[in-house]
Amino acid sequence: MACISPDGKPTESGTKMLRALQAGLKSPEEVAQETGLPLFRVRSGLREITQAGLAEQKEDRYKLSEKGAKLIK
Amino acid sequence: MEEIKEQAGHMPRIGEPAPAFEALTTHGVLKLEDFKGSWLILFSHPADFTPVCTTEFIAFSEIYPELQKRGVELLGLSVDSVSSHIAWARNVEEKTKVKIPFPIIADLNKEVSLAYGMIHPGQSKTETVRCVFIIDPNQKIRTILYYPLTTGRNMDEILRIVDALQTTDKNGVATPANWRPGDKVVVPPPNTQEMAEERLKQGYECVDWYLCRKKL
Repeated sequence: MACISPDGKPTESGTKMLRALQAGLKSPEEVAQETGLPLFRVRSGLREITQAGLAEQKEDRYKLSEKGAKLIK
Repeated sequence: MEEIKEQAGHMPRIGEPAPAFEALTTHGVLKLEDFKGSWLILFSHPADFTPVCTTEFIAFSEIYPELQKRGVELLGLSVDSVSSHIAWARNVEEKTKVKIPFPIIADLNKEVSLAYGMIHPGQSKTETVRCVFIIDPNQKIRTILYYPLTTGRNMDEILRIVDALQTTDKNGVATPANWRPGDKVVVPPPNTQEMAEERLKQGYECVDWYLCRKKL
């Protein structure tokens, strides 16, 4: 996975995306703007983070899950 | 003939939607739809750790900032593994100080290669030839280039094509042979007799009613 290392820790780009979701529901475009990461990277990363249970998707927006919030504390 | 077709896969055409894919890359799993809204240059190279491919990757990296200014993303592909891609990119950076900034698809099962007609059995049954697909923000194929294993691509031409396509889209014009940004563009030809008669009175620089240029 590109955002979560095999040892379960988020990578630098993964951490950036998780932190961007701390403030609430955000679109991939908003996360890309805030993190400075390319949009394609953010779309892929949010998908991965969601599949790992660290974020939740509501329509086309994402927010941090409880598991995600604990990880970046 | 059937065996060649099976080895070669589908041949996409200009104007068609780019074939969808989901692929393992050096930047994680990427789907074609992740690039929606941006121009995308999807290009293939025969193999990692080979000489012509290395020069091309350096050249693509060098034009990357110019592509970014134009809203264009780059995505490479070969049938090597992601470990090979990572090792090669690290080697290129160590030996030449050039960092490869874009993702590279590890197409080990040739799924993307076959969908994009990148395997040309007359050149190689196992490696892709040097393909370039320029895909627009609506994910339609706009230009296709196929180069042989022996011949490295020209970055100047790839940038020129991007500029030409974006100029065409923005201004509703065409671009003549050897066009460069700033040169006159071709006015779309009239398609009725009435328009053809009016064309020569419209103040364009015309060879005849069907070939007129203007400055943007």
